[in-house]
Amino acid sequence: MNSEEKTVDWTAIIKDGVVGAWPICLGYLAIGLAFGVIAQKAGFSPLEIGLMSLLVYAGSAQFIGISMLSAGAGIVPIIITTFTINLRHLLMSSSLSTFMRNLGTGKLSLFAYGVTDESFALNTVRFRRGDWDWRRALVLNHISNLAWIISTVAGGLGGRFIPAGAFGIDYALIAMFVCLLVFQLRGRLYVIVALIAGMLAVILSLILPGNSYIVITSVIAATLGIFLKRLKHFAGAEQKS
Amino acid sequence: MIHDNYLYVILGMGIVTYIPRWLPLVILSRRKLPEWFEQWLDLIPAAILSALILPILITTGDPRHLDLMRPEFLVAVPTLIFAVKTKSLAGTVMFGMFLFWLAGKFF
Repeated sequence: MNSEEKTVDWTAIIKDGVVGAWPICLGYLAIGLAFGVIAQKAGFSPLEIGLMSLLVYAGSAQFIGISMLSAGAGIVPIIITTFTINLRHLLMSSSLSTFMRNLGTGKLSLFAYGVTDESFALNTVRFRRGDWDWRRALVLNHISNLAWIISTVAGGLGGRFIPAGAFGIDYALIAMFVCLLVFQLRGRLYVIVALIAGMLAVILSLILPGNSYIVITSVIAATLGIFLKRLKHFAGAEQKS
Repeated sequence: MIHDNYLYVILGMGIVTYIPRWLPLVILSRRKLPEWFEQWLDLIPAAILSALILPILITTGDPRHLDLMRPEFLVAVPTLIFAVKTKSLAGTVMFGMFLFWLAGKFF
């Protein structure tokens, strides 16, 4: 342990991580309760729900996994589907790796566990703003995970007694994504890439089954963005972004 | 009690979910990446967030079809403007939730 490690103020770090995670926790509460109710109806016990939220920790995959199970699907199709649905995290972890320099495998493994759409979006914005580090990101990831586990189990125990859509809570994550997308638009190139990605995603989502459009679209849009940047560069134009 | 069958499904799902989260972090974070790849990764968040959110806002159903009159989308427009103007995550989340709750009274 070096001197830098010794002077780490964990109280401040945990506080920052917990405070930073609140929009995710709010959103997970809404979705987690809903998931718990559905899982319980499909014959999952609260213990099994908690175990799934702990070991899988991926909202959409868990929903689809449960519905496939109740439809009588076999274990292999469910696992293959889960893999395809969650392949998008490959891109997110790649992007996050640029902020997680020179860390040990243990820390990276602990962090990787908590990479979700939501934590990726929030951590990226905080890293870029400069008031963030891997410790705060790690706390944010695990607090979010805790919120997910608690909400899904609570949903399994008695979620049907909670009125759906109370206080507009179903919109928490959408509003968060809209805002975090705005924060990502730090120049004209980012706006163009986001517009291409958004429109292409809508078109492909209407054609392709599942959510494969997310990965395909993001790769195409970011690649086009690089070409646009090069084009501008070679044209000798002033680079603003 | 945990059903054996469920346990295998959960374990399998957990493993295939963890691998794509873990591999890039372990492989890429210790490597000097070429400049174009760094720039590419820098564009990924804007691309992926947009690709995640827009289909949720303006498509619905199974099979999916376009629907520009969903409350999710109609509320997203003022929410986006609010985010641009205030640059506040907390404010935007509360504002969006409030409008969506309000929209629920009319739809």
